[in-house]
Amino acid sequence: MIADGVEDEEKWLAAGIAGLQQNAFYMHRALDSNNLRDALKYSAQMLSELRTSRLSPHKYYELYMRAFDELRKLEMFFKEETRRGCSIVDLYELVQHAGNILPRLYLLCTVGSVYIKSKEAPAKDVLKDLVEMCRGIQHPVRGLFLRSYLAQVSRDKLPDIGSEYEGDADTVVDAVEFVLQNFTEMNKLCYSACQSFILLADPELRLAVGLSGLQGPAREKEKREKERSELRDLVGKNLHVLSQIEGIDLDMHKETVLPRVLEQVVNCKDEIAQYYLMDCIIQVFPDEYHLQTLDVLLGAFPQLQPTVDIKTVLSRLMERLSNYAASSADVLPEFLQVEAFSKLNNAIGKVIEAQPDMPILGVITLYSSLLTFTLHVHPDRLDYADQVLVSYCLKLYNAYSHKGACVKKLSGKEKLEDKKATKQIVALLSAPLDKYNDIVTALKLSNYPRVMEYLDSETNKVMATVIIQSIMKNKTRISTADRVEALFELIKGLIKDLDDAFHDEVDEDDFKEEQNSVARLIQLLHSDDPEEMFKIICTVRKHILGGGPKRLPFTVPPLVFSSLKLVRQLQGQEENPFGEEESTTPKKIFQVLNQTVETLSNIPAPELALQLFLQCAEAANDCDLEPVAYEFFTQAYILYEEEISDSRAQVTAIHLIIGTLQRMHVFGVENRDTLTHKATGYSAKLLKKPDQCRAVYACSHLFWVDDQDNIKDGERVLLCLKRALRIANAAQQMSNAARGSAGSVTLFVEILNKYLYFFEKGNPQITVAAIQSLIELITTEMHSDSSTPDPAADAFFASTLRYMEFQKQKGGAIGEKYEPIKV
Amino acid sequence: MVLVLAIGDLHIPHRAPDLPPKFKSMLVPGKIQHIICTGNLCIKEVHDYFKTLCPDLHITRGEYDEDSRYPENKTLTIGQFKLGICHGHQVIPWGDLDSLAMVQRQLDVDILVTGHTHQFKAYKHEGGVVINPGSATGAYSSFTYDVNPSFVLMDIDGLRVVVYVYEFIDGEVKVDKIDFKKTATASAH
Repeated sequence: MIADGVEDEEKWLAAGIAGLQQNAFYMHRALDSNNLRDALKYSAQMLSELRTSRLSPHKYYELYMRAFDELRKLEMFFKEETRRGCSIVDLYELVQHAGNILPRLYLLCTVGSVYIKSKEAPAKDVLKDLVEMCRGIQHPVRGLFLRSYLAQVSRDKLPDIGSEYEGDADTVVDAVEFVLQNFTEMNKLCYSACQSFILLADPELRLAVGLSGLQGPAREKEKREKERSELRDLVGKNLHVLSQIEGIDLDMHKETVLPRVLEQVVNCKDEIAQYYLMDCIIQVFPDEYHLQTLDVLLGAFPQLQPTVDIKTVLSRLMERLSNYAASSADVLPEFLQVEAFSKLNNAIGKVIEAQPDMPILGVITLYSSLLTFTLHVHPDRLDYADQVLVSYCLKLYNAYSHKGACVKKLSGKEKLEDKKATKQIVALLSAPLDKYNDIVTALKLSNYPRVMEYLDSETNKVMATVIIQSIMKNKTRISTADRVEALFELIKGLIKDLDDAFHDEVDEDDFKEEQNSVARLIQLLHSDDPEEMFKIICTVRKHILGGGPKRLPFTVPPLVFSSLKLVRQLQGQEENPFGEEESTTPKKIFQVLNQTVETLSNIPAPELALQLFLQCAEAANDCDLEPVAYEFFTQAYILYEEEISDSRAQVTAIHLIIGTLQRMHVFGVENRDTLTHKATGYSAKLLKKPDQCRAVYACSHLFWVDDQDNIKDGERVLLCLKRALRIANAAQQMSNAARGSAGSVTLFVEILNKYLYFFEKGNPQITVAAIQSLIELITTEMHSDSSTPDPAADAFFASTLRYMEFQKQKGGAIGEKYEPIKV
Repeated sequence: MVLVLAIGDLHIPHRAPDLPPKFKSMLVPGKIQHIICTGNLCIKEVHDYFKTLCPDLHITRGEYDEDSRYPENKTLTIGQFKLGICHGHQVIPWGDLDSLAMVQRQLDVDILVTGHTHQFKAYKHEGGVVINPGSATGAYSSFTYDVNPSFVLMDIDGLRVVVYVYEFIDGEVKVDKIDFKKTATASAH
């Protein structure tokens, strides 16, 4: 027979339902006519359908539910019967005449329920009778469902405390005894049921029993798993019933209920059942019981099968306890009293020992949960968190040393595991940061850096980034050099190359992002106390200087600006009021700055270094430190001369040099002359004529500074402008020679504007005649045949003329000045 | 009515970690039609952030900008107004209004937006406006000791522009406004 198992099962089920319905129909008729004898006969026949062995538990359940509904009606009828004067004791006897044992026991349970309700016999006797008699069914599926029925009909009739069935002879002990006994029996049945599935799940055996199917083995297995879990649900219901018995106080739970339940769990030896039942126990019983029975509960874990998924169950337990602790501050003393933390910590250690094959992910998960637990329950006990990290360290170390050096190449699955493990480690180490919103507290965990040590460089970096993000998000102030030291120790994965072998694999964008986050972090390291701040700067400097050429351009600028801010802070204060040698002074900071920026010139990052030197020069200027400012300028000039060769970079650099120099007031005549002379020289040597011209006329501002009376050298201003004009002319000629047409007049108009600028400022060297001739020159150039039309230059000239007109109209001193100029 | 955000000199991450959170919560996508940025962002992350606020982004180069492709200056026309942008480190003396006015004449614009000094400024000048939105992060500056983070929103409507200045002072955002009307004669272009 090569029959389709699934289709057959459908057929069998349909046949079963049909038989059941038919007998139910006759039973209803008998009930309607109050015919007890027929009612019993047909109900027994109806229940006979449940004797089938052909159905899987899933299908059997469907059949059972239909029978269950019918039995409700029968129970109502029995109740009516007793009211009509039929003795319940007789009824109890009567149903025992049913021919088959299974229908008989279902009927007995149904009548038994009514019997207890009638209170004609003590509940405990009836219950005991029923639970014993159910032993008659040893077929796993049939037995499970029968006992499940018994549990169902009896759950509201237990002699619980405060229940109407409680009496002198009936106590909660009997109720517990009954449920435990039923639970024990069901557990046994479930175990053997599951065993038979395991056999059936084996494809060869399945063939042998003619159960080949269209479904693939995987789907088949999944289905079996589902059915097994459905059966376990039936068993688990007993635990629910137990948890609802009001009369079970802590003592009884501790002395009787929990040990016996756990005994059953341990004995059942099925990994999935054990997982399910342990989980069930943790879910159904109250938190305070768990807390008070931690010893007993945790003691069971190492006795479970080595493959049980303990980490999930234990994690859930810890989660529940954390929530319990969070629910009220009153319960916290209990946690301390039972030493919950150390018990959990020990238990985890034992479980890991008992399960040598537990993947590293499992280990990490367990410790993450424990850490979360202690952070929630004992936020003040940093030593606990630290202990978790110690335990964790040891385990991780063991795990890695077990794996040994031979595991260089991880298989696909292991890699995936590894990724998950990495995620978990990051979660574990992030937990204290999230809890305390404050890296400062985490820095007190002495083992934190030790755990970071064990991370591979990739994970270390991820973690360092998480730490920085936490600091940024919480705006944590890290305000002592010691903490900065500790912090940089933690994030050293970002600060320097930990293993040279891999650093060229790093994605450039990722690298930039990391380094930018370090730069941001440096801004947040701050103390209002200048001494401490200086120490912080030195600490940061020490760490970042080891970062190598790729990192320095990211890390040096923020350090420089932090230092310049400190200079500002000190600037207003009396210098060294007590003559103390060690106190921080701007001078000292400038020395450090000089050396720091210098590292950039060696990388080389000359443009950045030049910019920073100029910033420092300006700060030194504000502190009236001429030699220091001169030194910074010298450094900038050397870089300009020796390192900056790109013509565009030169243009930017020269503008920055002129712009900064123009603002300096600290220099004496001699130094100033040297520096301005050089700057003018550089300007005239730029590659492109227009750049030369612009830089040279910008230099004119070095000789005429509005708010400095000693810098008003009209003659040299004029020299600069004339020089600029010559260059503009040369540019025109070059353009003529090279392209056969003159270039734009833009440069001339720019110079005209500069003339006007100094004219207005009252430079006596800038005369009306000079301006007049420049205007004529531009007009001529614009109308010459060789000129190139340039609307932008025309507009510029037009708006310049308009401006002059505007100034004329203004009247007053300016108007008078402009009056002689003919536009 | 067109809203234009003028912003610059953020110096992230050299001098400041980020924009003030209050600014970030004010600057939401979809409200601003154009962003003009004077430069010194300095990194791509900031550029990307601006892009999320408004895709029409005009940036000129500051001396610290990572991206060297930004132009030295740029002009654009919005409604009746011609705007010019330039970082300003090229214009010496730095921050000098008369020198900036030359740039305004050179670019032939009604509104010139520059930066570099980290000091918010808005002048009506020769029939035009010269604006410096300051530093959006309040970054260190050698010009001034107390830099308040600031930016500018311009509401351009026909011949009228209202310049709103948002300044972050002691934990509060203060708003100031300057009204400017362009006279028909001032537009020779």
